[in-house]
Amino acid sequence: MANIISDETIEYVGILAKLELSDEEKEQAKKDMGSMLDYIDKLGELDTENVEPMSHVFPVHNVFREDVVTNADMRDDILKNAPEEKNGMFMVPRTFE
Amino acid sequence: MSAANGMAGSTAGREADGILNMTALELGAAIRNKEVTAQQAAEAVLSQIRSSEERYHCYVTVDEEGALMQARQIQEKIDRGELTHPLAGVPVAIKDNMCTEGLLTTCSSKILYNFVPTFSSEAVLNLQRAGAVILGKTNMDEFAMGSTTETSAFGVTRNPWNPEYVPGGSSGGSAAAVASRECFYALGSDTGGSIRQPASFCGVVGLKPTYGRVSRYGLVAYGSSLDQIGPLCKDVADCAAVMEVIASYDPKDSTSVKRQDNDFTTALVEDVKGMRIGIPGDYFGEGLDPEVKKAVLEAAGVLKERGAVVEEFDLSLVEYAIPAYYTIAAAEASSNLERFDGIKYGYRTQEYEGLHNMYKKSRSEGFGAEVKRRIMLGSFVLSSGYYDAYYLKALRVKALIRKAFDEAFAKYDVILGPVAPTTAPRLGESLSDPIKMYLGDIYTIAVNLAGLPGLSMPCGRDAKGLPIGLQLIGDCFEEKKLIRMAYTYEKARGPFSREEAR
Repeated sequence: MANIISDETIEYVGILAKLELSDEEKEQAKKDMGSMLDYIDKLGELDTENVEPMSHVFPVHNVFREDVVTNADMRDDILKNAPEEKNGMFMVPRTFE
Repeated sequence: MSAANGMAGSTAGREADGILNMTALELGAAIRNKEVTAQQAAEAVLSQIRSSEERYHCYVTVDEEGALMQARQIQEKIDRGELTHPLAGVPVAIKDNMCTEGLLTTCSSKILYNFVPTFSSEAVLNLQRAGAVILGKTNMDEFAMGSTTETSAFGVTRNPWNPEYVPGGSSGGSAAAVASRECFYALGSDTGGSIRQPASFCGVVGLKPTYGRVSRYGLVAYGSSLDQIGPLCKDVADCAAVMEVIASYDPKDSTSVKRQDNDFTTALVEDVKGMRIGIPGDYFGEGLDPEVKKAVLEAAGVLKERGAVVEEFDLSLVEYAIPAYYTIAAAEASSNLERFDGIKYGYRTQEYEGLHNMYKKSRSEGFGAEVKRRIMLGSFVLSSGYYDAYYLKALRVKALIRKAFDEAFAKYDVILGPVAPTTAPRLGESLSDPIKMYLGDIYTIAVNLAGLPGLSMPCGRDAKGLPIGLQLIGDCFEEKKLIRMAYTYEKARGPFSREEAR
């Protein structure tokens, strides 16, 4: 395997991904990511020196609209999906001590 | 004994069977001609669901009560002359990654196990305006990440042709529901082959439209630059009719494209004289099952006999599509799936210390292994230091792949090839080796990278009796060429269904 994923890398990616992996999952992730990157490295065979990255297949750029509310007030319905709510607001854990 | 078996000998049972064997358009016509009511159609299909769902598990949610209520209301509108659409009153199944107001929408994930949307996706609203009866939500690979419907948090779906085999994925529930007559047609979504490959494995017709043709508003995003909603149907005519309903310009989707050519049923013409078909030699090399190869080339021969000009060519870059795709799709997925944080909806972990720990634990407990694998990979390829080498590199390769297709479509109207290298694998065979599973997408994935339309339809069965899929790929917004060619081939091929195969 050409790509060796270190414990530090998995820790760092776990922070970016907001995932808490078990030790077993971390070992599996190291193996999986290593073999995926080996596979993705195949792209290096292609010379893309003068090729512009293509994010969108059509020449569409930013699409703007007026910032006008068009939907009805659905606060109560939306809050029904919240794991916790209080006084018409989403409840989150304490963020300041 | 199930209810349906008990009914089989009775008049009612035969009538129900007659209804279930109709295509969506045939049923729509029967409803308009007052031979069948929308309620009878809904009852027939709900009874079929009750009798065969235990075997196939196509659905995450069946909305029996809601379907009967919609059927009654739609029949009243038809009777009053307010609804005249060819598909009015016809029951449909929706993949569980499209939001449906008031109806559970889970993406087959634990993290959305209790999510009830307050709005419907635009494609679903378009169907409802035409008088569709929504039966329920079909099973899928979790967040559409997978090719077998085995990564669903709510159990696997089985292939109606042989329950020991997978239905394909990620729209496996939709494809299996059409094949098992548990709906008359279904919506799926296709990010790397997720409509075409299950359609192929289940012997139904699936169409992935050009990127931008169908609004993605209300489709839970996986790879936003690749995702597209499309139909899975019993035949090509149904596919064209459904496309006519769901294709629309929608200001709520900034990538939606305004088109004047959404009259897809005008392309149901039995004539391919002079149409140029390109067969990419690199789609027929190593890894392609000989039985699949033979059936697909025979289909090309049929079209040639009907006057199409068939030529072999080299598409090139085929082996680069998968690594480019997994880089881009994983990157977009890692960003799109950040919204699942246990605050606004869905699963929240029971015990946690502070906000960040709550995020991490909710996500880690809520997502399955394949989803976490792709989020991790995506976060890595977007991280500083690797962004240029992986993510930007993949976007440059995407540009090259698009250029290869542009060159092909300068010479050909349609590219013809297999949908997948093999027919459906056995349950449990694929998940152990992710890269092997990803390789199964080799013929479908480039179409998403280039934003092209692709159609999948049955062209034979292998020695095991499993359906083989034929793929037709068109240039952007050339769905009509695909429909015309598919319709011509279908007429030459004759009927294809489990009922016909018996």
